[in-house]
Amino acid sequence: MEDSRNTSGFLRDHNYSTEADIISTVEFNPSGELLATGDKGGRVVVFQREQESKNQPHRRGEYNVYSTFQSHEPEFDYLKSLEIEEKINKIRWLPQQNAAYFLLSTNDKTVKLWKISERDKRPEGYNLKDEDGRVRDPATITTLRVPVLQPMDLMVEASARRVFCNAHAYHINSISINSDGQTFMSTDDLRINLWNLEVTDSSFNMVDMKPVNMEDLTEVITNAEFHPQHCNTFAYSSSKGSIRLCDMRDAALCDKHSKFFEEPEDPSNRSFFSEIISSISDVKFSHSGRYLMTRDYLTVKVWDLNMESKPLETYQVHDYLRGKLCSLYENDCIFDKFECVWNGSDSVIMTGSYNNFFRMFDRNTKRDVTLEASRENSKPRAVLKPRRVCVGGKRRKDEISVDSLDFSKKILHTGWHPSENIIAVAATNNLYIFQDKIN
Amino acid sequence: MDVTAEAKQIMVQALGKMYSSRSQRGGLRLHRSLLLTLVMKSARDIYHSARLMSEKSGQSVTEECTSHTQEPMDTSSSTATPLRETSGQSSEDGQRSGLEGHPHPLNPAADKENCGPSRPDRHSRKRRSKTATDSDFIPCKKAKLECAEVRGVLQNSSANCGRALDSLSLVPMPRTIVTF
Repeated sequence: MEDSRNTSGFLRDHNYSTEADIISTVEFNPSGELLATGDKGGRVVVFQREQESKNQPHRRGEYNVYSTFQSHEPEFDYLKSLEIEEKINKIRWLPQQNAAYFLLSTNDKTVKLWKISERDKRPEGYNLKDEDGRVRDPATITTLRVPVLQPMDLMVEASARRVFCNAHAYHINSISINSDGQTFMSTDDLRINLWNLEVTDSSFNMVDMKPVNMEDLTEVITNAEFHPQHCNTFAYSSSKGSIRLCDMRDAALCDKHSKFFEEPEDPSNRSFFSEIISSISDVKFSHSGRYLMTRDYLTVKVWDLNMESKPLETYQVHDYLRGKLCSLYENDCIFDKFECVWNGSDSVIMTGSYNNFFRMFDRNTKRDVTLEASRENSKPRAVLKPRRVCVGGKRRKDEISVDSLDFSKKILHTGWHPSENIIAVAATNNLYIFQDKIN
Repeated sequence: MDVTAEAKQIMVQALGKMYSSRSQRGGLRLHRSLLLTLVMKSARDIYHSARLMSEKSGQSVTEECTSHTQEPMDTSSSTATPLRETSGQSSEDGQRSGLEGHPHPLNPAADKENCGPSRPDRHSRKRRSKTATDSDFIPCKKAKLECAEVRGVLQNSSANCGRALDSLSLVPMPRTIVTF
């Protein structure tokens, strides 16, 4: 098997696709029928699950491309002389209300609401123009008819319905749609703003962490999310490793938190890089709304909303990297922001790692597994083989040593179907979809 | 001594990362700049406390200086290469950072001897002025910390560091803080 990883030859491993194809976000819609990905080039690709058919049972529920559109373009801020990247930082789906699908996509500065709809009929039989669209000479028109809708090949259209801009001085890191279905929030390094989906020219600031003197800055906001059921509650994580829960009913400005979650630092683990590795890169409420999950550089933690002093559970993602922090700082990997996801029943959590590995932790059995997303291992209907990293001493046959890990192959973004065991894993510019099939 | 050398290397790399990020696409990344600043402060505190302890134990400071002068030149040139290589790899948040308006803790003049080969400002679209070349990789527009501010910064970073550095805050720091 692939025991020895080639870490020295970057070009050899690189498959010559452009940087614009690097996937930057992955998100299932609430029903799981659609899967959206955003990339560095500002594009959104939406996949749709095939209807299960009796004729082809082995193709049950595969995801195919449904729609592709350019969501964001690079822009230039002339005032600050800065380029605004078109990279899609986050995509969030709105709950479906009619035949059309709606999603929010954001880059560093602007959030857009996109409508994705199908067109399978078109009107034919106009009076003033012929079938090619050319205008007819009115003198030749002797009768009138009513245009009728005729079936046509299915076309999926994406149109930008709202553009929410000019509200963030810093880079947007997350967006979250409220359970009320009418509002959403956008979060940058220092501020969280609340929007109404119908109103683009104003937003309300809810949290402002900007100090009077920027030299006094010690903490930034890294992520924020609304509670899945309570429309008045949201949580935001910080670079210091803390999470604050806020109640919007307390005050218009939610600078004072209602709950503060932080685990005291273990002094024996203190190093130069303690601040960097304790910064939270992702925060996700469980589907039940009872728990919060956070991801920092080396661990995933599950918090009970009723206990602020310490997490309920802590899972080591790749603790073997603790002794390598200096090298990871040197090659910038220590700044990588990994995301984490819950499965539909909140019993399993998943997050990515390096070497195209991703990890799953079963909260009930306390078992965990490391899997790899790679072309060699992912033939259709192949069973994924668990991987093991050798942490020291003798390396067994199937293990891979820490020094052989390829740190350019990182899995930062993953998604889990809301109800079934289907996962989407983004490995640089490739998307892997794995399904759990019981034979 | 290992701690001192490691602290110094970390500081040099942090400066290099912060400077190169100023010319990256998408502008300065606040979060990344903040983390780099914290690391640098942490490393600087440890470096100073380690030096203080070695001074107290009667070791010659000048010996240390001469043995280390060649080192930083190597580290600064070696950091240049990995940064260039990884700019293609770590494309996600890459090297876009920089704390706007953050006062530079180190005196540019003192660091000149450590810069080694002057790095040409490849990525900047601005015309290369005299000042840009003079300051090597330390931007000279940054404010220089005065005595009192230095003490204040050290006190604050002592808190971040989680170490008892009470003695450090009482030592009057000269203008040129770090002499390698």
